[in-house]
Amino acid sequence: MVSRKVSRRRFVASTAAASTALVAAPFVRGAYAAGKLSLGLWDHWVPGANKTSEALIKEWADKEKVEVTIDYITSQGNKLLLTIAAEGQAKSGHDMLSMAHWLPARYAEQLVPVNDIMEPLIKENGAVNGTVEYLGKVGGKWLGVPATIGSQIKGPCSRIDLMKQFAGIDVQAMYPAGAPPKADAWTLDAFLKAAEACQKGGHAFGIGLGTTSDSVDSAGAIFHSFGAQLVNAKGDITVKSDNVRKALDYYKRLMAFLPEDVPAWDDASNNKWLVSGRGALIMNPPSAWAVAKRDAPKVAEQCWTHGFASGPAGRFAPFIPFFWNTWNFSKNQAAAKSLMVFLSQKTSAEKLVVASGGYDLPSFEKFTTFQTWADEAPPKGTLYHYPNPHKHQTLSIAAAPAPHKIGEQIYTQGIMPQMVVRYYKGEAMEKTLDWAAKEIEGFMRN
Amino acid sequence: MADIAARGSVAATGDSRSSLHKLMQRKSTIAFLMTLPLIVLILVLVAYPAGYAVYLAMLNKGMTRFVGFGNFDFLFGRETFWMVVYQSCLFAITAVIFKAIIGFVVAHFVHNIPSKGQRKWRGMLLVPWVIPPAMSTLAWLWLFDPSYSALNWILAGFDIERIPWTGETGWARFSVILVNVWIGAPFFMIMYLAALKSVPEQLYEAASIDGAAWWQRIWYVTLPMMRNIIAITALFSLIVTFANFDIVRILTRGDPLNSTQIFGTWAFRVGIESGDIPLGSAVSLFMVPILAVAATFILRDITKRGSEV
Repeated sequence: MVSRKVSRRRFVASTAAASTALVAAPFVRGAYAAGKLSLGLWDHWVPGANKTSEALIKEWADKEKVEVTIDYITSQGNKLLLTIAAEGQAKSGHDMLSMAHWLPARYAEQLVPVNDIMEPLIKENGAVNGTVEYLGKVGGKWLGVPATIGSQIKGPCSRIDLMKQFAGIDVQAMYPAGAPPKADAWTLDAFLKAAEACQKGGHAFGIGLGTTSDSVDSAGAIFHSFGAQLVNAKGDITVKSDNVRKALDYYKRLMAFLPEDVPAWDDASNNKWLVSGRGALIMNPPSAWAVAKRDAPKVAEQCWTHGFASGPAGRFAPFIPFFWNTWNFSKNQAAAKSLMVFLSQKTSAEKLVVASGGYDLPSFEKFTTFQTWADEAPPKGTLYHYPNPHKHQTLSIAAAPAPHKIGEQIYTQGIMPQMVVRYYKGEAMEKTLDWAAKEIEGFMRN
Repeated sequence: MADIAARGSVAATGDSRSSLHKLMQRKSTIAFLMTLPLIVLILVLVAYPAGYAVYLAMLNKGMTRFVGFGNFDFLFGRETFWMVVYQSCLFAITAVIFKAIIGFVVAHFVHNIPSKGQRKWRGMLLVPWVIPPAMSTLAWLWLFDPSYSALNWILAGFDIERIPWTGETGWARFSVILVNVWIGAPFFMIMYLAALKSVPEQLYEAASIDGAAWWQRIWYVTLPMMRNIIAITALFSLIVTFANFDIVRILTRGDPLNSTQIFGTWAFRVGIESGDIPLGSAVSLFMVPILAVAATFILRDITKRGSEV
């Protein structure tokens, strides 16, 4: 926890002096940026990552003379989600709070628009990807700044040896460290063949089909690859489309080569599948690889994080952004915005990425080539393609481009994995589509 | 005139002091004052949240408009909701029946252990009930793990095919009920054991003299003497089991295909995870009529038992 007290007069003097340094943050020059600032940040699972963010915030607080209180709130057991819901109801709480994927849109009416800082940040740091814009910008208003801490791509993490041995695929050659991908042949058909070969070799791909986020994100990427939308951007239900049928058919074939218990998997199951040495591929950020580095070094030495296979509609990878937001009832909005800008500077973002061992992903275009990702090992370069440095895949989220209030429910209630499991277990295609359409109809109410 | 008025005022004050004094001396007033902290606690922690839940359940999704019973009406038309109603009833009723049967049998075993060693057994058998359910359910989660189930590992040792404990609808329902029974049966056991100890030994002796078999002693002596405690325990447990959240949430999260969702977990999924707090409140309020009926039975039974005593 960082804390320091300061008079308002001293704060104003200090901000005036620092104004040249923070080109993108002219808004903090008001007197209201002084005083206290309470932060509710996502509690990082990487040991030491919180220390780095704390040190960065202290650096900012010392410069701006603001008394800061940090609460690191775990997402385990939905604690962060419950905290956000409680604060939203009570209209009281942290001045700055981390919110994942759909939450800024859910609380759009209670969040302070941050266009005044986002526009300069984009100018300075480069554009953000379409998913960040879809989730973070509602009705032309930016509801938060995309946070480096916690943002992640859930692309494939493959076993180099097993993919070579059973599927005849050299993932390092396909995604060479330090060079653009040569992945034209890495299609969903190739993915399916590799899944079959690895399953026959006793090392099935570990892709969950429960209703937790890892399962939903993987399903979302495959649906996007077929251009399959359950609800379009206008809010029309488009479940009964050929693309959705194609996606389901593909998934049915894929599921036959996955472990039979995948409908019961949660977000830890795929990690365990890889770390135990049983899986040839999972869809996950590098957390599973990091755990393997500690607990199963031989497995870690064979892991390679890379892009997802392409489908008829393109190449999509699941992306989960976090945002830093401030409530409209926060007492120190100006200071919160100032801190968001500070944390979004290149030097800050790089420190956060290093501290997380490459797990955290800044959303800005110019921040996807930090040296950490090229250096992380073993094997060296294993994370080079993790931040999508060559932009060869579209970063996406399941249920997009549905209007947020519908998309959020499709996502959180795991409609796509449930459709897949129903269809795989023998339910007629049309019955599965009817079920999904009825469920989604229920999400339309206002 | 002023003097008279003043005296009158003094007299009136004296009267009111005296009546206040009398009021304070009444037993009912003292009882009320002593229970006041509890009443305040109940108002703040039970009545207010309950009232607020009713209020929330009558708002639209955006919580900007009063919609009356619109959310309830909406739920009646949802297939998933009726599945949740069915599963909640299945979960609660099945679990309570098994807890009662196991509790009854184990209570008899413990009752027949010589009193010297009985305390140890009572203590050990209570362990599942005294461990926080979230902790013990986590242990069960590891036993049921889809890929690394310890139970399946043991079964494999006997060449028995692995069981999808949480992966198939039937097995997943079985698993959540099993854990609930494991946690809750000791409560029944201890209540039944207390009831067994209060059955006069002479009744069994008289039954034996009349030539009653063991099952007749249970049917004609034990069960009638335990009738009230059985009813109260079962109904109390029914309320708690209907309102369960932690076991399902930790073990299956309602999966697979929502086939283990119960009122509490579904309300959380809809209200908190999906951001539809009014609908989540409406789902959770569906427990109220069921629990109210159970509570009515409990109170009636307690009254009846009281009048019999």
